Amino acid sequence: MTAMPPKAILRLDGVSKSFGGVRALRDVSIGVAQDRIVGVIGPNGAGKTTLFNVITGAHRPDAGDVTFANRPITRWPAYRIVRAGVARTFQNIRLFGSMTVWEHLIVSQRHGGSPLRKMLPGRFADREAWGRAEDALTFFGLEKYRTALARTLPYGIQRKVEMARALTAGPKLLLLDEPVAGMNRDEADDLRALLLRLSARGLSILLIEHDMAFVMNLCHELYVLDFGALIAAGPPSEIRTNPAVLDAYLGSETAC
Amino acid sequence: MLLQQLVNGLTLGAVYTLVALSFSLVMGLLAILNIAIGELFMLGGYLGFAVIAAHFPLAAALLIGMGGAALVALVIDKIGYEPLRQAPPITPLLSTIGFSIILQNVVTNVWGSDPLQLPSGLFDRRVHIGSVQIGVMQLVVIGVTVVLVASVALLIQKTAVGRALRAVSENREVARLLGVSADRITLFAFMLSGALAGAAGVLISLHYAAITPYIGVDTGLKAIAVMVIGGTTSVWGALIVGPLIGIAEVMTIAFGGSQMRDFVVYGLMIVTLLLRPQGLLGARSDSGQPV
Repeated sequence: MTAMPPKAILRLDGVSKSFGGVRALRDVSIGVAQDRIVGVIGPNGAGKTTLFNVITGAHRPDAGDVTFANRPITRWPAYRIVRAGVARTFQNIRLFGSMTVWEHLIVSQRHGGSPLRKMLPGRFADREAWGRAEDALTFFGLEKYRTALARTLPYGIQRKVEMARALTAGPKLLLLDEPVAGMNRDEADDLRALLLRLSARGLSILLIEHDMAFVMNLCHELYVLDFGALIAAGPPSEIRTNPAVLDAYLGSETAC
Repeated sequence: MLLQQLVNGLTLGAVYTLVALSFSLVMGLLAILNIAIGELFMLGGYLGFAVIAAHFPLAAALLIGMGGAALVALVIDKIGYEPLRQAPPITPLLSTIGFSIILQNVVTNVWGSDPLQLPSGLFDRRVHIGSVQIGVMQLVVIGVTVVLVASVALLIQKTAVGRALRAVSENREVARLLGVSADRITLFAFMLSGALAGAAGVLISLHYAAITPYIGVDTGLKAIAVMVIGGTTSVWGALIVGPLIGIAEVMTIAFGGSQMRDFVVYGLMIVTLLLRPQGLLGARSDSGQPV
């Protein structure tokens, strides 16, 4: 197993989490280095989403520590972790039924200034937030959906809205839970290009994905979970031929 | 005569609208019934009375009534709701019932249980439009209600805090994972709800120039009926149903007799529950817009 990256923006040390009798995570240690794209793979039920829930504060780990940008965030409330710079998307898209695409890009933003400013309508409240939302709209090519209710849009667009919403929170680390699920090859290629552009801008990305081709072509580093335990870590070229990984996937799907 | 009753009904309806909006802000957000809202309404009325009795202007009475009720709402959230959030929904409901009884007792102790009355001639100026007489206070009630409702609508639809409120009401967990402090938004909703109830209390008690510690029960229950008829999952149902119920009530008294007045409101509520349980504007599923 590879050593923890020296300049890790996110570190998990010995994290365990059980639900009832099920040990969803067992003593898992991983790290995500600055501006890297890191993948978490593993069969269904391996604990991947639990890992995300622990990082984002949705679940508290039973043991172990989570450190983000040199700050211990293990027991922080979820909203504080987001404000520190961790944003995420969800495996099942979770957009707000009452909000337009544009509102989704505003709602996740941290508004500066006095609390009273938050009670001003529209752009008076925060011109910068407006600007960032506009940037995200352009970056994801969502301009023509600006005033559409997000939940009424096609699946692929909803995925983009969710990702754009996560990005407008201004994260240093973006967590993506199965971003290419339900996408065709072209859409997945688009997304890959987009994630590379984000990474080039200095964003660190941790993603869960089942699509092996996508992961192998994109990630700098991979972690493999099986039954809640880390069974392998390393660059895709190593993981591809790792016997433990091949073993875990045998019978369910082909690894690469 | 009919037109006259219409104006009277609108005045009453405006107050029902405010209190129903107050209920549905908390209901839409947290899916709990804050029973103490009726008493926040009553408390607002007493505070308004006290300010007027001290010879301050009406605007001051409104501000103090709203602020006072909002502060008590803060206490209710912090003591009666937040620590119990993980408990079954019946628990915070019971604790708000406790608060409402306590508030009634406190007010009875401070101001007594007999009705208080303002000296006549204070707010009973009237304007004549044709055959219709409109009290200046009626215009104030309707005007202030319109301004408050419009401000709340603007706040919810167009501001950062309003978007956060909608996010929390749709999905508290996702909202938190987007960086929204759900606890703070909840507190804000409680206080906004309290301020609306307080404003309604000031308006109605000055309009009738009288107040008792028990007005909160009657108006509170009626506002709950208005919210149910309008749809508990939509804040906006109250805007339509409030005035309608006010008019229906006044018309019933005028043409059917005062012993029938509550029959209409609660009858309509039961019919709604039977025929359209989600209310007039309510959504069937969770895909609607709660706030």
